[in-house]
Amino acid sequence: MLEARNITKVYEGGVQALTDVSFTVPKGQFLAVIGLSGSGKSTLLRCINRLIEPTSGQIFWNGQDVTAASPEELRRIRRRIGMVFQSFNLVHRSKVLTNVLAGRLGYTNPAWSLINRFSKTDIEKAHQALARVGIPDKADYRADELSGGQQQRVGIARALMQDPEIILADEPVASLDPVLAHSIMKHLERINKEDGVTVLCSLHFLDLVHKYADRVIALNQGRLVFEGLPGEIDDKKFKEIYGRDAERVG
Amino acid sequence: MTESNSNRETKPSVWRSLRNGFFFALAIITIAYAFQVTKVDLEEFRKESRQQSRVRVMRALANPDLFDFDRAETTVNSPVYLPCPGGVEPQIQREASGEAYVESLSCGAAGDVITLNGFNFPPNTDVVILFVPGNDPESTLALAKARVKSDSQGQFTAGVELPKDRESDDVQFLRSYSYKNVGTPRWSKSALNTWDKIIETVFMAFLATLLGTLLSFPLSFFAARNLMKNVRSPLASVALNLLGWPLGIWLGFQAGKFLLGISDSFAENIWMNAAGVGVSLLLIAFGARWSLSRGETDSSTMSRILTQVISIFTAALAIYAVLELGSLGMNLGLSMIESLGSFGFLGNFLFQSGDILRTITPALSALIAGGIVSSGLGRWGQSLSERLPVQTARLVNAALAAATGALLFIGIAQVLNWFYEIGNPLYIFTLPAILGALGGLTLAFLNHPKASLPIGLAVYTVTRTIVNAVRSVEAVIMAIVFVIFVGIGPFAGVMALGLHTIASLVKLYSEQVESISAGPLEAVEATGANRLQTIIYAVIPQIIPPYISYTMYRWDINVRMSTIIGITGGGGIGFLLVQNINLLDYNAASTQMLAIAIVVSLMDYVSSALREKAV
Ligand SMILES: Nc1ncnc2c1ncn2[C@@H]1O[C@H](COP(=O)(O)OP(=O)(O)OP(=O)(O)O)[C@@H](O)[C@H]1O
Ligand SMILES: [Mg+2]
Repeated sequence: MLEARNITKVYEGGVQALTDVSFTVPKGQFLAVIGLSGSGKSTLLRCINRLIEPTSGQIFWNGQDVTAASPEELRRIRRRIGMVFQSFNLVHRSKVLTNVLAGRLGYTNPAWSLINRFSKTDIEKAHQALARVGIPDKADYRADELSGGQQQRVGIARALMQDPEIILADEPVASLDPVLAHSIMKHLERINKEDGVTVLCSLHFLDLVHKYADRVIALNQGRLVFEGLPGEIDDKKFKEIYGRDAERVG
Repeated sequence: MTESNSNRETKPSVWRSLRNGFFFALAIITIAYAFQVTKVDLEEFRKESRQQSRVRVMRALANPDLFDFDRAETTVNSPVYLPCPGGVEPQIQREASGEAYVESLSCGAAGDVITLNGFNFPPNTDVVILFVPGNDPESTLALAKARVKSDSQGQFTAGVELPKDRESDDVQFLRSYSYKNVGTPRWSKSALNTWDKIIETVFMAFLATLLGTLLSFPLSFFAARNLMKNVRSPLASVALNLLGWPLGIWLGFQAGKFLLGISDSFAENIWMNAAGVGVSLLLIAFGARWSLSRGETDSSTMSRILTQVISIFTAALAIYAVLELGSLGMNLGLSMIESLGSFGFLGNFLFQSGDILRTITPALSALIAGGIVSSGLGRWGQSLSERLPVQTARLVNAALAAATGALLFIGIAQVLNWFYEIGNPLYIFTLPAILGALGGLTLAFLNHPKASLPIGLAVYTVTRTIVNAVRSVEAVIMAIVFVIFVGIGPFAGVMALGLHTIASLVKLYSEQVESISAGPLEAVEATGANRLQTIIYAVIPQIIPPYISYTMYRWDINVRMSTIIGITGGGGIGFLLVQNINLLDYNAASTQMLAIAIVVSLMDYVSSALREKAV
């Protein structure tokens, strides 16, 4: 179980990105995070594995206070939290296989990394992960030779390598066309349903939310304005989340 | 918008023209002063003597001294008495060179003009008439008196004035001399010298670039803001880290010296060296395998201590292996120098590398031990500051910070004392200790005991400052210092160029690191990779192409620099060039300039071609 308590983030320069955000995510849930651009979705997801340090508040995960973890403990926590990004964040000049294997770094002795070595089982596992996301034949391509949809699959494979208990997905399909978006979301859904991995996923389109999410939280200007089932978002709620002038399209 | 525009337009135009006039006057004054300071003066340029030397030098420069020929020489010595003995013309034996002979009077008074008629000289060639004082016809000491050209029959007529201060009772000579280049041309002596030195120059540049690249690669990460800004640690950790350095360096140095002593006792025997290298490598492999295989599965205290002991042992073995490798290189190298003949330089390379290895090993082991001890203590400090209650942490912080501050200041005072020989213990121990401790205490009480300090930014700032300071000193100037350190020659040049290369590459490289895309960095960090792994998997792949391109660019610059670094004694072709200019041998200087031009433009071409490939 993951619990966020009173998370507040003020960036240097004074931007108040999150104000007093609290919520809990039971194990195995698919939670969608919605909100306008700039409402703080990315900031919130990054506060969970402390890629961004929250200004105040706490994150508890399986009873452990993530926000109080030492650097060493934080590494151990992070290696069980996979992350998928809107812009894929692959190392372009490296091979696909290397990008996938990077997900294993938290488990690898740094001395081996110094000479760029991974164990045989890890390499085997990487091929399996690529097969699972449907691109087993791309292992030896350079990452930037792949299309956007394929790159995002590599991103998911990298997260899979971590044997994650949670996957944080920050608008994983925002730069893909609708067909590809569904195929990527299906992969996340499978990982959620088959492996029981908790998924926190920020999304722009409500139809995706309705189709894939178990539960939704919504942010508006850094505040939590809604928490409930996707079906509960009626027109009134919609205007609360997205503002008075917003029109439903999805 | 329009309002503010029109406002600006109505600004009093008198002021504006006054201001413009002021700036114009200022510009004129600056230019005038520049003329004064740089002594712009065409009077000197127009002088007769300047014109002559201009012509001479430009012609010499246009004639690089590249080839030597065999000469077919024609020399006829015509005996001459100065003055005529007893006032009559003596009978003398005329001399001929092959067909050629010269008719002339055989005596004259000082200042008389004697006419020489030459026959059967090579047609249409320059003939130089020289006065040879003393009675030795072979003498090479001669005064040039006239230069004429033979006609198509090989005849010439020349009038020569007898010198006024060379009167003698003995016979003297008027020498008619001409030559022709025959046979195939050979490289001249100065061309050969130039070749030697240009090779030296190119390799100076090569070695300096190699050295600079190797060292600036790791350093560039410390000078990259985006990597360093997130590195923070609590005060206790920083203090213990700093305290760990001197301790570790001392331990490492002692260990290095101890191992050097052991290895010295077998230094002579090549087989012992080889055995030493082999056995220690084997043991290291075992140790490494063992400690790596433990991984993170077993973390009881006992096994952790065991792992650490074995790691230390492995490290010591590694140092020993390096030392033995050094001896092996030196011994092998020595025997190779003798047996390999013209490939003896390979032996010399082995010998020198071995020597370098053995010389730097204690220092290296000191540095490495310093790093290990300080990072170990730093980690301990980290966990201390996490575990201790706030009040205790405050006290511990204060004590540690005071001790570190005192030590740091005493260290600085010692350095100053070395330079300025202050000697007074009050100034080099007591006061710095008190000041440092006070500084540390202030730092400890100003910060929350568990706050983490931006130590990464501090390291970044220090690295940047040093690099910028070093970069501002030109390599040619550095060479002056290194000439004092290691003596005149290319080695000094390599050191100077290398140091300058490090400084400028660290800057260029780190700017590349700062401009990499942050996404992959974030993604790799999120997998739980540590800092080193993040750099290896997210940073390095992104910076390889610009690093290659900058290295090539630097190699190009180093070739240019190494051509002139010899001016200050740093070896290479510059030394030869300056020498020849000082000797007024402009033909030879021209050879060197030509060589520099060829090498530099070649390097320019090669490096830009390679750079295009890399990106
Ligand atoms: N590094 C930063 N420094 C300062 N302010 C930032 C930084 N990153 C984000 N912000 C600000 O914080 C607020 C929340 O940003 P965030 O990226 O979390 O929004 P988001 O909901 O992910 O938006 P989008 O849907 O466009 O990705 C914004 O106002 C943004 O300008
Ligand atoms: Mg975002």
